[in-house]
Amino acid sequence: MTLLSELDALAGETNDTAPARAARPLPIAVISALTIGVIIGLWALASAYALVSPVFLPSPRQVVIALYNLVVKGFVDATLAEHVGASLYRIFGALIASILIGIPAGLAIGTSRVGRGILDPIVEFLRPLPPLAYLPLIIIWVGIGEASKITVIALSMLPSIILSTSAGVRAVSKDHVNAARSLGASKAQVLREVVLPSAVPSILTGIRIALGAGWTTLVAAELVAATSGIGFMIQSAAQFLVTDIVIAGIIVIALIAIVLEYVARLIERRLVPWASHR
Amino acid sequence: MSILTFRNVSLTYPARTGKGGAGEKRVLDGINLQVASDELVAIIGRSGSGKTSLLNLAAGFLTPTAGTITVDGTPVTGPGADRAVVFQDDALYPWLDARDNIAFPLKLKGVPLAERRAKAEVLLARVGLADAGDRHIWELSGGMRQRVGIARALAAEPRFLLLDEPLGALDALTRTRMQDFLLRIKAESGAGAVLITHSIEEALLLGTRVVVLSPNPGRLTAEIEAGFNAEILNGASVADVKASPIFKRMHAGLTGLIHAGEEELAA
Ligand SMILES: Nc1ncnc2c1ncn2[C@@H]1O[C@H](COP(=O)(O)OP(=O)(O)O)[C@@H](O)[C@H]1O
Ligand SMILES: [Mg+2]
Repeated sequence: MTLLSELDALAGETNDTAPARAARPLPIAVISALTIGVIIGLWALASAYALVSPVFLPSPRQVVIALYNLVVKGFVDATLAEHVGASLYRIFGALIASILIGIPAGLAIGTSRVGRGILDPIVEFLRPLPPLAYLPLIIIWVGIGEASKITVIALSMLPSIILSTSAGVRAVSKDHVNAARSLGASKAQVLREVVLPSAVPSILTGIRIALGAGWTTLVAAELVAATSGIGFMIQSAAQFLVTDIVIAGIIVIALIAIVLEYVARLIERRLVPWASHR
Repeated sequence: MSILTFRNVSLTYPARTGKGGAGEKRVLDGINLQVASDELVAIIGRSGSGKTSLLNLAAGFLTPTAGTITVDGTPVTGPGADRAVVFQDDALYPWLDARDNIAFPLKLKGVPLAERRAKAEVLLARVGLADAGDRHIWELSGGMRQRVGIARALAAEPRFLLLDEPLGALDALTRTRMQDFLLRIKAESGAGAVLITHSIEEALLLGTRVVVLSPNPGRLTAEIEAGFNAEILNGASVADVKASPIFKRMHAGLTGLIHAGEEELAA
């Protein structure tokens, strides 16, 4: 109903103003909003007419209630905030670790032949490997606790941070380097004052991509081996066929991913406004 | 008084390997040149005659295949703040504002932040950009960027300014104004200057001397004392200078010299 009236309203609006701007196309954002509306509408219809069993597909209303209960009461000994907190702790711990290792490693690859020779094969081995493939080995090595999850997530983030750093370093303008040298810069100063700053936009892009990869790995790792976290929450709910919590959890995971991406882009724009002006 | 000296300098680029690779290329051959710090030596030559290579040798970015380059008798072994370069594509740092770009050489020397910003402020005023210190590089026009680039080079307090077609990318009106600016700022700084240009007019207006670099391999084939820059600094109008018969004669002479090789090639 609401969808239909929305469409009506929209049609009415375009009709009113049609003569003035007849050819003006619908903004993409509106089309996207309509798509989401249609999907939720179809979902509501499917569950309202019991086309699918509620065990498999609870109504949007049920999912919203489940979400509310997750926030206030929680599920498997922890509220939603606690599960999300556990997940965020892991991903940011892993992010810090992979930045601390990845940026120096990327600098080494980008600036030294020896560094490149040593590190390239390791990165090229790690990069295409699905993180879950080495999760069991990491668990054998460091146990089932937080350390194993943070290690796996950090490993999944490392390649993009290393590669974006080395790409940024290698793309440094020759004139920028030569200018510094002719103004009296030592080798170390060239690295610190010119090479590193010019690589920052590329590094930030790498971090943004790494966050995406890390989030994927995190949820997967929590499905397999965890006692808290948003992935673990979904996994537990699925075992008891509490489908509304599963769906609520998936929505939360998607929303956090979107927020992380958005914040990362915001930071990129704030920190390196010059990247788009080169 | 400092002197930059090229003695029998030759440069051969090694053969390029890989696709489209060429054999060894002798770009400069037996260059002898002296530049004193009260001079501005303009080097003109056609594209590909080796002007940038010559300047890069003086800057220390390249090492001669034969011969020596010295500053006051000391061999040049690499780049240094005594020979500051101004690039055609400004080569300013976009992550720094105009002020911090100018302060950059002072930062390299370890001058404290407040002091180097204050010095940069003075330089900004000297190049006519007193209010532009906070501006991002991409907010500046081409002429303003070159002024910042020149101020940055001056901040290093070099003995020589090495200018690789710094005005080449500017529109004609801005270029005329910048020529006058360059002349005055060079005279004030007390540094010697090597100016590369492929405008004969610019070389004659700005250079105390003009040398011609002929290609394949690059050799200095002519050298003339210009001296118009002193007239302009003493207040003569650029238009009058350009209209004078002696300027026209020198212009025609240089044009002939530069294009001399071309007919041979065509024949
Ligand atoms: N790194 C290099 N390797 C091989 N050849 C080069 C290199 N740089 C320049 N050259 C060649 O040397 C010649 C002179 O170049 P350049 O000094 O840039 O001349 P100009 O500045 O007068 O245009 C050109 O023929 C160019 O192709
Ligand atoms: Mg050139």
